[in-house]
Amino acid sequence: MSDTYSTNQFKNGLKIMLDGDPCSIVENQEVKPGKGQAFNRVKVRNLKTGRVIERTFKSGEKVDAADVLETEMQFLYSDSDFFHFMDPESFEQFQASKEAVGDQSKWLKEQDMCMITLWNNVPILVMPPNFVELTITETDPGVRGDTSGGGSKPATLETGAVVNVPLFVPQGEVIKVDTRSGEYVNRVKQ
Amino acid sequence: MHSWSFQSPLERLQQRAFLLSKIRSFFAERNVLEVQTPILSSAANTDQHIEVFSTEPIVGTNKAAFLRTSPEFFHKRLLASGSGDIFEIAPVFRREECGDLHNPEFTLLEWYRLDFDLQQLMNEVDDFIQSMASHFHKKTAATESISYQELFISCAQVDPFDVSCEYLNKLCRQHGYRGNVLSRSQALDYVFALMVQPSLTEKDGVLVYHFPIEQAALAQPHPDDPACCLRFEYLFRGIELANGYRELSDAQLQRQRFEQDLLWRKQQHKPTLQFDENLLTALRHGLPDCSGVAIGIERLLMCLLGLDKLNQVMGFTAQNS
Repeated sequence: MSDTYSTNQFKNGLKIMLDGDPCSIVENQEVKPGKGQAFNRVKVRNLKTGRVIERTFKSGEKVDAADVLETEMQFLYSDSDFFHFMDPESFEQFQASKEAVGDQSKWLKEQDMCMITLWNNVPILVMPPNFVELTITETDPGVRGDTSGGGSKPATLETGAVVNVPLFVPQGEVIKVDTRSGEYVNRVKQ
Repeated sequence: MHSWSFQSPLERLQQRAFLLSKIRSFFAERNVLEVQTPILSSAANTDQHIEVFSTEPIVGTNKAAFLRTSPEFFHKRLLASGSGDIFEIAPVFRREECGDLHNPEFTLLEWYRLDFDLQQLMNEVDDFIQSMASHFHKKTAATESISYQELFISCAQVDPFDVSCEYLNKLCRQHGYRGNVLSRSQALDYVFALMVQPSLTEKDGVLVYHFPIEQAALAQPHPDDPACCLRFEYLFRGIELANGYRELSDAQLQRQRFEQDLLWRKQQHKPTLQFDENLLTALRHGLPDCSGVAIGIERLLMCLLGLDKLNQVMGFTAQNS
């Protein structure tokens, strides 16, 4: 038996089931023709795909709740099939599929804390921290002394991600990267 | 801004007062009498989709007391009593209406004209809106007039009077509806509210007439077409501003509609309340031939000022009242 929500409980952030997928409400609007039936038009984000879609319900109807929990977990390691995370409070371990991690895998460094979305206790979405510190494993030799900041070059990081860094940043350096934009922020003093 | 204070610019107070004074002049020039009728009524409405506030019974009479959702029943009792043309600036209350274009408490301008047919009242509504727009120095394009059927066909490519309920439901699902199967009238509401109205947001004034008979409420059936009724709406940029009827005077038919409404409400597990026998008695006594219309004053002010949310003209709404 799953829980349900009535449309008059709708608010931003509420997690509901829609077309078989867990979704989060991002906008809720009442539409009512004069003396007619009222409807709730909602914009929802599909938590598996990230896509925002618009759907409409009859006001007063019940909609299945999605058993969704967002929680911080530590990334432990990955193997050929799964990415393994641990809840730091219960020490319970969860494995996320490659689909759930998607493109974010390139930012995942062991020990880092990530935001995990669990649906029916299974990770469906993994968000790395906004900023990660990663070692450059490969880049062209730096132009020493040139800190003026003109020009950049690609650098491969320990997790496999490739970011543009200023010319003076050498291989082996630890840098801070904004995972939302994929941009270099600064060097990290060791 | 603190929630205790008036949440709109203070000039809204002057603008509202100005609008009310222009409304009164408009009707004074036309010899329509301003009236004030009771806010508390011992009977409720039966509308399928309008929910009433119930209050405590009155101590002296031990009668129920509901906050009116519309002044229309009192107005018809006045007309049957011989009042002649009347209008009221009437606070009304509807429990379930809350949103950008709804507030559970709002003000209806309602007026009735003896011996007006639907077209005459539609013309007067247009005159009224144009007159108020000119007082607010708002330029508006000429009002268009179109039947519900024609509008439906042009926006949704289906004839509302010749389409199966199954097809309507399919259309609604294609346009984002999720949930249980809709009745014919609900599906028509869906298409109207989510497909037709949004397609009119570029049009200043559109008069839509001859609504489906299922949505007649207090309107007369069309004398030549049993599928529709003598009801119209005035839409401003897709937003419903006015709703008018050639008023039904047949007490027997009105009773049947009330009973059908209550049966539907019972099936939907909605509260069913005793309908207004006083109104039916008044209709039996004799309602003069007339047409009547209601306009939401806050919405009108919102549209005249070019705004799109009620809370931009109502400093106190359900959020901070």
